[in-house]
Amino acid sequence: MDITNYVVLACILFAIGATTVLLRRNAIVVFMGVELMLNATNLAFVTFARIHGDLTGQVLAFFVMVVAAAEVVVGLAIIVTIFRTRRSASVDDVNLLHG
Amino acid sequence: MTPDEMAGMTTSGGEAFLFWVLAPLMVLAALGLLFVRRAVHAALCVVFVMVSLAIMYIASSAPFLGVVQVVVYTGAVMMLFLFVLMLVGVDASDSLTETIRGQRWIGLLLGLGLAIVLIGVVSQATFRAGAPPTEDQVANPVGLARILFGDYVLAMETVGVLLVTAAMGALMLTHRRRLEPKRTQRYVAEQRVKALAEGGTLTPLPAPGVYAQSNAMDTPALGPDGRPLEHSVSRVLRIRGQEKAAPATLVETSPVATSSSVEQTAIEPAGEVSPVWGTGRDGGEDS
Repeated sequence: MDITNYVVLACILFAIGATTVLLRRNAIVVFMGVELMLNATNLAFVTFARIHGDLTGQVLAFFVMVVAAAEVVVGLAIIVTIFRTRRSASVDDVNLLHG
Repeated sequence: MTPDEMAGMTTSGGEAFLFWVLAPLMVLAALGLLFVRRAVHAALCVVFVMVSLAIMYIASSAPFLGVVQVVVYTGAVMMLFLFVLMLVGVDASDSLTETIRGQRWIGLLLGLGLAIVLIGVVSQATFRAGAPPTEDQVANPVGLARILFGDYVLAMETVGVLLVTAAMGALMLTHRRRLEPKRTQRYVAEQRVKALAEGGTLTPLPAPGVYAQSNAMDTPALGPDGRPLEHSVSRVLRIRGQEKAAPATLVETSPVATSSSVEQTAIEPAGEVSPVWGTGRDGGEDS
């Protein structure tokens, strides 16, 4: 099997995650789409590290994981705050600045 | 897996089998995230994708990242998602009304276009296999740690600061300001002493009535002087009017006490009340 199949799989997962962000209305599901995109890039990083025989790609994937964890904490806190004030987790309802 | 295979562009047969089993399932689960209605099911789909990714990392000679993937992503991040889902409401499903006309088709078109462009680029590109990894790099965590704390030590420190900042930010965002002062023990004690002048009590309220025949929440207790203590019954029962009078239980059970009025029963000293109870019980047994 060609090793680039991993990269193709990463591309498919990334595209599905991006489509989720575009299509879904529930803020939490949108956030899961972002997580899926981050995971897809990690798969690409690991595969490229393997192709080039260089561990730096894996180190970068590790950094992506750590930053993603921090991002999830803050993002979910924002979602909870919005839910407390608006009683809704839908991204359509956050239109306070709508003219 | 031999180092030659690892550096080369092909994989072993076993790994190919693993890939062709896992990859379609992963794509299906990812599509589930797109099409499933309920958020909890979407979260489970993402958990499946992440665990499969961890297996793939371990198969492609990144065991450390595989473990971190399971611990950080499926163990911490997705469980955090599930917690927030519980907080926000599990039943919160998507609304299907379109606020932007044609958004669904435009979104699908953009997603498909992105997939086609990415896959096209990857399939057109030629990858140059690098040098075969040294023995040091195959022993994965050690090689990873050398790079992490050698070349990227500043980034590592920055990431530590980032994590602390994120934790502080989450605390700040979910913090709610207290609207009224906290009721401390000292505050309650001072309020009780202040209320003493208006007829309050210093001690806790007495428990409701416990009698030989009945032991009920809705019957007031009798004080040491034989008077029923109204405030021994729960305030909620009193407001709802479900409170029973203490003499009523006496009247119910003792035919002798029917002659004595409520006031008399209440005013009689405790020593004289007990014979009434005794006769009442005897009468009950005789009849």
